[in-house]
Amino acid sequence: MSHAEDQSSTRRDFLYYATGGVGAVVTGAAVWPLVNQMNPSADVQAASTMRVDVSGVQEGTQLTVLFLGKPVFIRRRTQDEIEAARAVDMNDLVDTDSRNPNIAAGSDAHDENRSLTTPEGENTGEWLVMQGVCTHLGCVPLGDGAGEFGGWFCPCHGSHYDTAGRIRKGPAPENLHIPNASFVDDTTILLG
Amino acid sequence: MFRKLVISTIAALSLSTGAGLAAGAAGHIVNYEFSFQGPFGRYDQDQLQRGLQVFTEVCSACHGLQYVAYRNLADENGLGYTPEQARAYAEQFEVYDPSIDDWRTATPNDHFPQSSLENAPDLSLMAKARAGFHGPYGLGLNQLFNGIGGPEYIASVLTHYTGEEVEQYGTYFYENESFPGGLIAMTPPLWDGAVEFADGSPNDIESMAKDVAAFLTWAAEPRMMERKQLGFTAIIMLGILAVMLYLTNKKLWAPIKSRSKAGAAK
Amino acid sequence: MSGIPHDHYEPKSNAEKWLHSRLPIVGLLYDTLMIPTPKNLNWMWIWGIVLVFCLVMQIVTGIILVMHYTPHVDLAFASVEHIMRNVNGGWAIRYIHQNGASLFFIAVYLHIFRGLYYGSYKAPREVTWIVGMLIYLLMMGTAFMGYVLPWGQMSFWGATVITGLFGAIPFVGEAIQTWLLGGPAVDNATLNRFLSLHYLLPFVILGLVIVHVWAFHTTGNNNPTGVDVRRASKKEAEADTLPFWPYFVIKDLFALAVVLVAFFAIVGFMPNYLGHPDNYIEANPMVTPAHIVPEWYFLPFYAILRAFDGEVWVVIAAEFLTGGIVDAKFFGVLAMFGAIIVMALVPWLDTSSVRSGRYRPMFKPWFWVFVINFFVLMWAGAMPAEGIYPYIALIGSAYWFAYFLVILPLLGVLEKPTTPPSTIEEDFNAHYGSASVGTGPASAKIPAE
Repeated sequence: MSHAEDQSSTRRDFLYYATGGVGAVVTGAAVWPLVNQMNPSADVQAASTMRVDVSGVQEGTQLTVLFLGKPVFIRRRTQDEIEAARAVDMNDLVDTDSRNPNIAAGSDAHDENRSLTTPEGENTGEWLVMQGVCTHLGCVPLGDGAGEFGGWFCPCHGSHYDTAGRIRKGPAPENLHIPNASFVDDTTILLG
Repeated sequence: MFRKLVISTIAALSLSTGAGLAAGAAGHIVNYEFSFQGPFGRYDQDQLQRGLQVFTEVCSACHGLQYVAYRNLADENGLGYTPEQARAYAEQFEVYDPSIDDWRTATPNDHFPQSSLENAPDLSLMAKARAGFHGPYGLGLNQLFNGIGGPEYIASVLTHYTGEEVEQYGTYFYENESFPGGLIAMTPPLWDGAVEFADGSPNDIESMAKDVAAFLTWAAEPRMMERKQLGFTAIIMLGILAVMLYLTNKKLWAPIKSRSKAGAAK
Repeated sequence: MSGIPHDHYEPKSNAEKWLHSRLPIVGLLYDTLMIPTPKNLNWMWIWGIVLVFCLVMQIVTGIILVMHYTPHVDLAFASVEHIMRNVNGGWAIRYIHQNGASLFFIAVYLHIFRGLYYGSYKAPREVTWIVGMLIYLLMMGTAFMGYVLPWGQMSFWGATVITGLFGAIPFVGEAIQTWLLGGPAVDNATLNRFLSLHYLLPFVILGLVIVHVWAFHTTGNNNPTGVDVRRASKKEAEADTLPFWPYFVIKDLFALAVVLVAFFAIVGFMPNYLGHPDNYIEANPMVTPAHIVPEWYFLPFYAILRAFDGEVWVVIAAEFLTGGIVDAKFFGVLAMFGAIIVMALVPWLDTSSVRSGRYRPMFKPWFWVFVINFFVLMWAGAMPAEGIYPYIALIGSAYWFAYFLVILPLLGVLEKPTTPPSTIEEDFNAHYGSASVGTGPASAKIPAE
């Protein structure tokens, strides 16, 4: 086999591989948008945050808003509720995780780690923002002091949450989850 | 029948511009220049912002822009506002929210309202819903070279009021050289200096008309820049692929063709 | 498969043998891909691959669009704007689908005209031709219904006009029209069922395309000379043909890449040129557009439909002869569908003993007039139905029918064709080889088309 023939066969093969390579790149470039179109569209992405005006929320009442398809409880707690929450011993809790993505990971479920920092940057415990989704099987718990611990009670299978939304009794495994939330001004909470 | 044929031919040819009007074509359209024309054209951010101001201060009194959301004002390759600026713009307006059965301040996710006046068409797609150029004689060449002419049509209508008013059956119409049929129900919306631009840009009728026409083009086609980018990317990638396939094809067929050259005698 | 002697698939490995004895699919695909193809095919044979690509592209983009589209009269138009503005890359997918329909029809017309010129419809390929005509009809139905879905002014009024044609059928017309519409007029019921059928028909087309390929694989491809592939021996067959893979797959892919460069130039820089601005206005049953025009690929047939008004003598004659049952409106409908039927019957109307138009000197000018006439009809279909245009459309329609019913049958009898080359190999060598070498008569110098 002459050297020239080997040369031309590898040169010919190179062209074929190169063409195949370009073809693969073009095909990939064509396929990506066909897959990406199923990702959330611009209007859905824009709805990934929500501002809530809480100026009208009285002390001891709760505002429930629909956010990302699920209810979010925004409760302005009374002094009694705050004190009751802070008086609870960690050892009495079923779930000692704060379930709060707004603070450091792995922090425990002290009331200070559950309530939302006020616009002034303090931790008075006045505001509690939680997902209104029972951590057992997803029902919406009843609020306004329901249940044996003065917080929330889930009627589906009897889970009781205390005034900080922590599971105390019943089949639910975790404290009510807290969504990404923060005050962006004195009367507006930004969710998401 | 033949006489009818001859008469019709003469009539059709002599009334060619008339036939153009009868075909639903616009009247006199000026081929205004816009920065976004052509394959390399781009939106002029300042012009789009001026156009938004004209729309807000003049057109929105009657016309809606229902397919545009306030957050689109912060979209890429558009007006160039920040999300905060888009939010601030939105908060000037109220929207009716059926879930609370009340009006509330608009958020960036809300859309511009629908037209408040029954016979004032929504303007979201106006720049694509009108053709400024036609023919010649139905051959489609004018649109091939000049574009379909939507923004040119809008700017022409706004700048070609003659000033004459006509009353027909109790309704007032305004003579307009660019509007099909020559009479338009919209009162002349622009006059020199109608809108003041903060940066002192020209605010004569023609400048404002072009600015709002450009803004409405963006409103109808907010992804135009991405679209042209796709055009270039696809042409380049497919062009390279075509060259590679051409060379591959040539290489593949070379022995077949040279065998025939040598003459496969049988 | 095609009766051309060639090596068939032989399963080699144990895995191949295992599968082959249970389901010979690898063999089927291999034999289909490697089928002996006349080596002298020219660039008018690439449109088949363009058509298959278009079908796949339309199905893929279409399925994606349906993920985001809402088929309700109050929401359809807005959902298309949602696709254009919000869905990731939605504007691109929509424009590709919209212009893909145009590419589909450009390719199908070139494919059909290729068949008409080179006599690809002649025996033994009549079934391929008929299946192709069925595919064409289904394409038209699919495109028509697809255009209604955005629910613009042209969507609505085009639907009104075309479904109104069914009302022109004597006696049963109104019942059929109401059944089609699901009501007295184009409305929500119509829109919903059009989406369902628009989704369905492309898969019926896909099935027919498989049958179409099966048919011309059974007979073997035609080629520019119209001369049959030699089948007496494998050696002769190999002199006339090349395996489809890789020679024609690569050639076709090259042509496809070039076509797609032009296609994406249009999608990127003038995506609305072939459309109508009125379709960016939401459908309004109370306001009719000044001129209702279908998409460009329907225009020739639209011209034929409108050409036959109440003053045309054939219409008057038909009305008289049928006692008023066939009126002008129905006559137009018959003419429009008749135009396609008459084209479908061409295998039996063309009497020529020579297959390819290359060797038919009398046929050629009539054919090119037919092509020009196609464009004249297309132009006339876009013009308003007044003044000189109806006359032009009538003359164009007359030529269309005369071409198939009078000219082609007569040509075969009257024409003196030139001599085609004796073999495909000879034609191929004449194109690429030196003139001094060759096996055929002196006419081996036949210039390639």
